[in-house]
Amino acid sequence: MTEHISHVKHYWVVWIVLMGLMALTVVLSRVPMPGPLNTLIALAIAAAKATLVLLFFMHLKYESYVLSAVVFVAGLFWLLIFFGLTLTDYLTRATLGVPGH
Amino acid sequence: MSASTTEAVAQHALRHHFATMEQQRESTTLGMWIFLVTEIMFFGGLFTAYLVYRTAYPDVWEYCSRHHMEFKLGTLNTVILLCSSLTVALSVHAIQMGQKKLTAILLFVTVLMGLGFLGIKSIEYHNHYVEGSVPGPWWHMEIERPDGTHYPAPHQYQLFFYLYFVMTGLHALHVTIGVVALAIIALWSWQGKYTREYHNPVHITGLYWHFVDLVWIFLFPLLYLIAGK
Repeated sequence: MTEHISHVKHYWVVWIVLMGLMALTVVLSRVPMPGPLNTLIALAIAAAKATLVLLFFMHLKYESYVLSAVVFVAGLFWLLIFFGLTLTDYLTRATLGVPGH
Repeated sequence: MSASTTEAVAQHALRHHFATMEQQRESTTLGMWIFLVTEIMFFGGLFTAYLVYRTAYPDVWEYCSRHHMEFKLGTLNTVILLCSSLTVALSVHAIQMGQKKLTAILLFVTVLMGLGFLGIKSIEYHNHYVEGSVPGPWWHMEIERPDGTHYPAPHQYQLFFYLYFVMTGLHALHVTIGVVALAIIALWSWQGKYTREYHNPVHITGLYWHFVDLVWIFLFPLLYLIAGK
């Protein structure tokens, strides 16, 4: 498969959006919100920024890198198991209690 | 470049165990991605430790982030890394177009931004040392009561800074490795080693640099911008 070559304009547009999202996350972190909303929004913006970098700067969007995308998604999947199963323990201790205590 | 020179360059760059340039390019890219996934898992352990202790001591995390992290310097470093990701992406594009000198210049600019990042990070580390928020024998952080008096920070506060120094330290190590790798690739690129047909090293070193940027994209809000629980 021949190498995909993006248009230079796409890189600049992605960069502008990344800078915008960065400004947004800094501003929103100074706005008081109820409960874990600040953290969730900050993480959602970080995930959006990461997705842009992965898809456009790291070329995962393009068909010639489909195998690389499979490898990345597999890694991400294991990472989410790591986070997810760890949190099922730590986030439920307050409600379910710790056996033996 | 004439067709015969193009072919000669391609034949020289093609390793004997690959059938075509495309196969070589796809294999090296895939290899780099497999390495990057191991790096994701490597940092994943630290992010999990962060999650565990943040859920255990949410107030401590918010206090340390609000009062002891220099969010302006952190924001500046985020700007630097996002810009450096752009210059790397543009350098990969330049070599795909066969513009060797432009590739080298863009990579050198990236190296300078990487050094700028490390410089700002070391200023932050120095400030933490001065204010006593480095865990271990250097630790003498104090917390202000509402009435203005101070008391020594309890042990949990050190946990935040242990994680801060290990996570940003490991990230800074990756930035350092990236700076060295990019400087070498920039030099070789200036010497004309890479062409429109053969530029895998530029591409995969670029991937490494984007990975460094990805880690920082998550470290920045998790360490500098904590608000609420």
